Amino acid sequence: MIIKTDNNKAWWLVLPVFLLVAFSAIIPLMTVVNYSVQDIFDQNNAYFVGADWYREVLRDPRLHDSLLRQFIYSFSVLAIEIPLGIGVALMMPTKGRMGSLCLILLAIPLLIPWNVVGTIWQIFGRADIGLFGWTLNALGVDYNYASNTGDAWATVLLMDVWHWTSLVALLCYSGLRAIPEAFYQAAEIDRASKWAVFRYIQLPRLKSVLVIGILLRFMDSFMIYTEPFVLTGGGPGNSTTFLSQTLTKMAIGQFDLGPAAAFSLIYFLIVLLVSWLFFTTITYMDKAK
Amino acid sequence: MNMTKRKIVGITLYILFLLVPIYWLVNMSFKTNEEILGSLSLWPSNVTFDNYMVIFTDATWYSGYINSILYVSMNVVITLLVALPAAYAFSRYRFTGDKHLFFWLLTNRMAPPAVFLLPFFQLYSSVGLFDTHIAVALAHCLFNVPLAVWILEGFMSGVPREIDETAYIDGYSFPRFFVRIFLPMIRSGIGVTAFFAFMFSWVELLLARTLTSVDAKPIAAIMTRTVGATGVDWGVLAAAGVLTILPGLLVIWFVRNHVAKGFALGRV
Repeated sequence: MIIKTDNNKAWWLVLPVFLLVAFSAIIPLMTVVNYSVQDIFDQNNAYFVGADWYREVLRDPRLHDSLLRQFIYSFSVLAIEIPLGIGVALMMPTKGRMGSLCLILLAIPLLIPWNVVGTIWQIFGRADIGLFGWTLNALGVDYNYASNTGDAWATVLLMDVWHWTSLVALLCYSGLRAIPEAFYQAAEIDRASKWAVFRYIQLPRLKSVLVIGILLRFMDSFMIYTEPFVLTGGGPGNSTTFLSQTLTKMAIGQFDLGPAAAFSLIYFLIVLLVSWLFFTTITYMDKAK
Repeated sequence: MNMTKRKIVGITLYILFLLVPIYWLVNMSFKTNEEILGSLSLWPSNVTFDNYMVIFTDATWYSGYINSILYVSMNVVITLLVALPAAYAFSRYRFTGDKHLFFWLLTNRMAPPAVFLLPFFQLYSSVGLFDTHIAVALAHCLFNVPLAVWILEGFMSGVPREIDETAYIDGYSFPRFFVRIFLPMIRSGIGVTAFFAFMFSWVELLLARTLTSVDAKPIAAIMTRTVGATGVDWGVLAAAGVLTILPGLLVIWFVRNHVAKGFALGRV
């Protein structure tokens, strides 16, 4: 850890970032706050309505439903991707050409534009022209992601696992590389079992990268929009309509600015709150040790 | 070596799981629509480049790629220019409000883009930047700058302070030291940051689509054109998809040696 010195001139160095982010975050956020407390008919007719929109949105069943779906989705994503990512990282070759080849292959899904990810799975899952859907149907499984809710959920989840497990795996891989060889040698002398090596050497060293991984995956899965939109369009019915899509429908589809703005702020607060809770728990557990 | 064998089988299976859907897209891009809709085949029986020719000869198609590459490059340059000094300040100095500022920056990474759609649209329209590349580049700074500051701060904290002090004693001014000595020392960190900025800007569609209409429309938004009155032009759709994967492959090839450290965001 570097010892830092007090120096308020350092503000000059962060000023560009501050101005840029102020322009692209504070102004828009204030606009949203402004909308959320007013009823706007046109440019000259706007009435202050206080917390009315918030009350309306909090009672809105659409919000409740998509919020519940969102939580189930985000937690399923974490429950699958974190263990799978650790597993993949443990299996990756550590050295040489095979190692870098694996890294590059693993990173490919991360570099595909999100709507193309949706397109890939849209094609892949179709029973007539897609390998996946065709194979399942040939095996006698009645699979159709466009009409069956369970299939739609399974496909959206599988797509997310396909898309993002690599991120967790690459994070863990870099964490594992940082463990000195001497640790493993000591474990060998102690005749530690594979499980003991994992539990007492590898897992503790993975903690910092896992915190990053869980936070990133939670935030990004909570904001998911493009992939399910392309794949299922939110259907069948509303079964795969998540928060971002509900919000976009409200704001751009129906142009309900007030409720949409109130919804936005609540949405943002939930992400902040869950991230903060998670982060505080981790730091607290660290101190307790 | 039973354990090693099991590992190789496991990782091979996982990589197959990643590659088969992509292979299917590539496979389709070399087929005619009749063949795609006719019967399922594991490889194209008559390899055709027609789908790719459609994209390379039609300006409305290939301009999408140019637009995307333009705004992504702008975004990477802007992100690095503002994030480098800021990350240095965070890694070296304590100043009033530093922790709050750092946390506030990170909260912007947590903001769902859907929240900012409408205000962004209005903000950029009102300053006359709607449908320009720079608008998308600036909008993507919302999530790229916080991440860049975070990654760079991690890399910079790994450089001992003594280096700075020695340089100052040798009579280097701050800008000269920063550019001549400090930046070359963290060049792998800069490469990795540029990679991440590229990645998140390249894959984002929601903001890019909302802030553009014709002149700066990204390729990802143009792809929806393949859905026409006569049904979906699957072949061209697949070819366009394949072409969006290539720039990413190219970029990761350049940073392949730093990827492992980079994915830990310089924090291992």
